[in-house]
Amino acid sequence: MTSILTSGCCDTPSGPAIALDERNGEERGGGIRTVALIGPPNSGKSTLFNRLTRLRQKVGNYPGVTVEQRVGLLAGGGNEIKIIDLPGVYSLTPYSDDERVAVDVLSGKMNGMPRPDAVLLVLDVTHLSRHLVLAAPVIALGLPTLVLLNMADVFAKGGGSLDVLKLAKELGTPVAMVSATQETGLDVVERFLRQDRDTNPSALLPVIPVSGDLPQCRKWASQVGNRIDYQRHLPSTWSRRLDDIFLHKFWGPLIFMIVVGAVFQTVFGLGQPMSTAFQDLLTKLGQQAAPFIHEGLLRSLLLDGLWKGLSSVLVFLPQILLLFLFIGVLEDSGYLARAALIADRTMRSVGLNGKAFIPLLSAYACAVPAIMATRTIENKRDRIATILIAPFMTCSARLPIYTLLIAAFIPDRPVVGVFLSARACAMLSLYVLGFLAAIVTAKLLKSSVLKSNAAPFVLELPEYRTPTLHSIGLRLFDRARVFLRQAGTIILAVSLLVWVLTNLPLHNGVPPQEQSVIAHLGHGIEPLIRPLGFNWKIGVGLLTSVIAREVIVGTLGTIYGTDPATHALTLQNALQHDLTFAGAMALLVFFAFAMQCTSTLAIVRRETNSWKWPVIQFAYMTVVAYTAALVVNQGLSALMR
Amino acid sequence: MAGSSILQDWIVAPRGERKLVETEIEMPQQRVALIDLELGEVGTIDRISLPPADEHFLMRMGFFPGAQVRFCRRAPLGDPSVYSVDGTEIALRAETARHIVVQRTGLAPLGDLA
Repeated sequence: MTSILTSGCCDTPSGPAIALDERNGEERGGGIRTVALIGPPNSGKSTLFNRLTRLRQKVGNYPGVTVEQRVGLLAGGGNEIKIIDLPGVYSLTPYSDDERVAVDVLSGKMNGMPRPDAVLLVLDVTHLSRHLVLAAPVIALGLPTLVLLNMADVFAKGGGSLDVLKLAKELGTPVAMVSATQETGLDVVERFLRQDRDTNPSALLPVIPVSGDLPQCRKWASQVGNRIDYQRHLPSTWSRRLDDIFLHKFWGPLIFMIVVGAVFQTVFGLGQPMSTAFQDLLTKLGQQAAPFIHEGLLRSLLLDGLWKGLSSVLVFLPQILLLFLFIGVLEDSGYLARAALIADRTMRSVGLNGKAFIPLLSAYACAVPAIMATRTIENKRDRIATILIAPFMTCSARLPIYTLLIAAFIPDRPVVGVFLSARACAMLSLYVLGFLAAIVTAKLLKSSVLKSNAAPFVLELPEYRTPTLHSIGLRLFDRARVFLRQAGTIILAVSLLVWVLTNLPLHNGVPPQEQSVIAHLGHGIEPLIRPLGFNWKIGVGLLTSVIAREVIVGTLGTIYGTDPATHALTLQNALQHDLTFAGAMALLVFFAFAMQCTSTLAIVRRETNSWKWPVIQFAYMTVVAYTAALVVNQGLSALMR
Repeated sequence: MAGSSILQDWIVAPRGERKLVETEIEMPQQRVALIDLELGEVGTIDRISLPPADEHFLMRMGFFPGAQVRFCRRAPLGDPSVYSVDGTEIALRAETARHIVVQRTGLAPLGDLA
């Protein structure tokens, strides 16, 4: 009934072995339009997906959950076949969001998703006994299934072997050895999808446990393992040798600190100047273009509204790319898991786990990539807690207003001899302040709304591997695209709104700042911010800086620059005239805590897949910032009286 | 049971060739928590006394009753600890490992294990 075709044999370590079901022989394009790609985490599924689609994919979120939805088109030839990349799961028992999504998509219950006509099941052949557990429930679905045994190259190199033919018979499905990273054996996918087949192959099915009962599947998996002469590959000894160093009692933490220092130094020390240079370049480009546009409202709209908004989005790219370059290298090499292992003990004291360390550290450069990096945290509650506290870390966008106010209000005199000046001390205190706010918030969250039901922290330590340029490049491209598309549109919209508010009501030429809608809004909130020691001009600065924190410096520059009373003064001097010392300190503290960043809000919305968290976050941080600024202004004013 | 073969597969001689080592050091057959294994000691999982969702979660990672677990190393700061189960190294916190009951099988000679 079924003829099985093999090209190459399992025992030859080189070259992929294929056992492909050839029921009807002729290839007639099949009836397959949608195929689901499923596999356990770390099975190389994403790499395979990228290879198969050649990046023709759409990234979104499944409704109601924080599970990323990826749909792509099979590259090459003929009629379009859609590939749905399901989240990595070990089983189809719907315990987690990931598993629920996988089950819903496979059974056609997911809204807006057609039921897949076929399944590509990716298993890591080097961990076959564990991964085979997933094969039972997937094959039991009765859909045409192709089993792809990934990492065939590593497996063969380590001397592992199995009888692919026997496995195909055991599973009742075609089985192929592939390597997604080496791109070998992948042509089998297209052959499988384009081939015609019986609609109901279940008649051929061998005995596979149908219930999702894990121990039963597991028992079946190890029996299959024995019957197909599965020989485990030798785990490389150097992987363990490396761990002897990287997880050494003394060297381990030392190397960890060096790595962490390098990440921080690069993202902060290299990323920030890159962002600044990039910003300057974009501003210059805008200025260059100015003479070509007729002076007036249109030029203002294009340059001050659109171009400025666009620049404030683009300017994040250097830091995002740098951070993800690092995270990509760390994750693909296997070190990220070791770093999480070392950091776990410390992170646990604030109720988070070790995987939150690198994202939180990178939030010192910028919260946006940091929040995008929290995807490595599987525990949903821990992940949301990390997302919520990340913007408290002193990001580089706070530095312009910090340096401006510190230079204007803190005298430059030494505090601890030559080591620490009063200004450096003030800057340091602001960093500490943000850090403390993050810790306190984490504690609060983890002991209330986000209290984990003590889901065990499980960390898999993969073998060390050399990261490939290809997979890191893909990751960078993917993250940049997600950011530009999802955060970019919101930022652009908010920038345009702010522009409209500054330019309404319409006048001939540039409207006087005092009469614009935003100035009225500034006056409107003045009673609210007066207790903090701020006047309406600062109020306008606060309003415009919801786009991004650094915007306040530019806004204040414009306001004081156009005001005849202050236009001769530098911004520093103007502020010294307009703010009391207590008010300035209150403003610093306000910026340490406030959520003045549309990009972050947009990315939080994307990553949590709801407006609930960004709204809560914005409200919470604003209340904290307001209260703290109030206390500082009133306290200092009382002290200095 | 698949248990003993898992143990055998893990054993590699220093030069890299596969080697079968029967556990020769007989430990008194007793049940202890996973956390109480000595460094390098192997145990067979007896049961996981955690809520079903957590038990299921650990099973998906390979912690099945009957599976062999080896206590490989401690994190530099003392916790979590790394266990090798089913050919994979997985770190668990003490608070989790405390709830996994294992049957002591023996002490695998450290030098012989890859």
